[in-house]
Amino acid sequence: MNRRYAWPAIVITCVGFTFLYVPLFTLVAYSFNESQRVTMWTRFSTRWYTALADSQELIDATLMSVKIATLSATLAAIVGTAAAIALARYKRFRSRGLLTLAVTVPLATPEVLIGFSLLLLFVGLGIERGVLTVVIAHTTLGIAYVTVVVQARLASFDRSLEEAAADLGGRPLAVFRLVTLPLLMPGLVAGWLLTFVLSLDDLVLANFVNGPGTSTLPMIVFGRVRTGLSPEVNALAAIFITFVTVTLAVVLLLERSNTAHAAAQD
Amino acid sequence: VSAGRHPVSAGSLIALPPVFWLGIFFVVPFLFVLMISLATPQIGRPPYVLGFSLDSYVAIFGDAKYLDALLNSLRLAALTTLLTLILGFPMAYVMARAAPGPRAVMLLLVFIPFWTASLLRIYAWMALLQEGGIVNRVLIMLGVIDQPLTLLYTTGSILVGMVYAYLPFMVLPLFAVLSRLDWRLLDAASDLGARPPVAFFRITLPLAAPGILAGSLLVFVPALGEFVVPELLGGQSGLMIGKLIWYEFFNSNDWPRAAALSVSFVVVILSLPLLGRLKGRRPEAGA
Repeated sequence: MNRRYAWPAIVITCVGFTFLYVPLFTLVAYSFNESQRVTMWTRFSTRWYTALADSQELIDATLMSVKIATLSATLAAIVGTAAAIALARYKRFRSRGLLTLAVTVPLATPEVLIGFSLLLLFVGLGIERGVLTVVIAHTTLGIAYVTVVVQARLASFDRSLEEAAADLGGRPLAVFRLVTLPLLMPGLVAGWLLTFVLSLDDLVLANFVNGPGTSTLPMIVFGRVRTGLSPEVNALAAIFITFVTVTLAVVLLLERSNTAHAAAQD
Repeated sequence: VSAGRHPVSAGSLIALPPVFWLGIFFVVPFLFVLMISLATPQIGRPPYVLGFSLDSYVAIFGDAKYLDALLNSLRLAALTTLLTLILGFPMAYVMARAAPGPRAVMLLLVFIPFWTASLLRIYAWMALLQEGGIVNRVLIMLGVIDQPLTLLYTTGSILVGMVYAYLPFMVLPLFAVLSRLDWRLLDAASDLGARPPVAFFRITLPLAAPGILAGSLLVFVPALGEFVVPELLGGQSGLMIGKLIWYEFFNSNDWPRAAALSVSFVVVILSLPLLGRLKGRRPEAGA
């Protein structure tokens, strides 16, 4: 393509990345600000990190969120993988149309609707709200994400390895465990992580279906932020961003070494 | 192949857990919403008495506030979709055509905000847009303005927050499609004398259509019902449908009205593609 026409795209890309990153940088920068006011820089300080470590409320909420996220991600990974296998490997079965719809519609449904409707279900059936109901809500959303990622993975490798294993006498379960599962592992891990982060991030669903004593981290953060700015939240954000960046960099590096390894074997 | 011998039954069997789960926790809940939208509110637990009353719907259609919120949501979601597309398409395009190294770096740069809690990312804009915030200070420093502008709690701040929150959801599906595009088609077009803008509109854009559609769907519908952005960046001005459902439920404790509002909202969402189709067919019908 003529390079003369590529420059507007490159300019907009630079604008786009600047737009994405200026808020993140200011968030991190002001977490090291001594002042209580988040908009005025006074001097470097780590006091908000200390305050964060001293806040029992935030620590409890973090532990609660991690617990809910771990449970939801694991459940969603199992159920979502089943959906992905059914959709990618079996072209004709009775519930196929229904399943296709059920795993795509939640992705484009406003969270307020999912949260509110689930709450009415739990109240209507007399189910007590607590950790379990939040896990159910996050799993329901996570299944859709896991299915998309795992299905893409299943579509990207051909079936000859599975067929060869079956021809060599492998029973279906053995073929699945020894051949299919290792091949779809990267998709499974990505789907698990996606649901984990989704759950850690979610305010709306949790606010509807939580019970007494199950305040998640976003709920506490929302409560503080709603009334104004809080430097502790900046410190929390900085930790979160660092965690996400390191995890993603490791995942991407692993993926690259995997593909390099696979390429070397060919 | 042993697995292929009974494709119908094996597929159904594997599909059973997800169908079961999503049926109970995604489809059935909406039936409860429908049921409670026809209930009557009461003071007590639960705060409704089941029945068949259309009062909640009458109340919604009788109050212009709800229609205003719906129209405002439609307008903001459409603008958000358009702006994320204008920003996101060139980004996905540049990423798709970049060498593997820069492409991986840019992909990481899109993934980091995508995976960072949106609540925290929206919070960042509260600090940026405040009266004494960085945006105002930079504008004053540059001499563009001499008095700080009211940027926060306006329609503009909601829009900025929405575009910011949803941009990665547009870039990623676009990138997924564009990265698989066969660029030799463009070379062929250019060899045949098509100028780059022509080749773009005749080849790149149509081939990217599935990505544009997926991205627009992932941005538009959730944006319609967005709660956090109008709540944190919109203040009193951010009248959106998601926020109204939230307020009817948490503040007014009127569950039937929140349910009736949700049902009406679902009907609007479901009729959107229909409206689009009708609009597209009108010239044909007239001819």
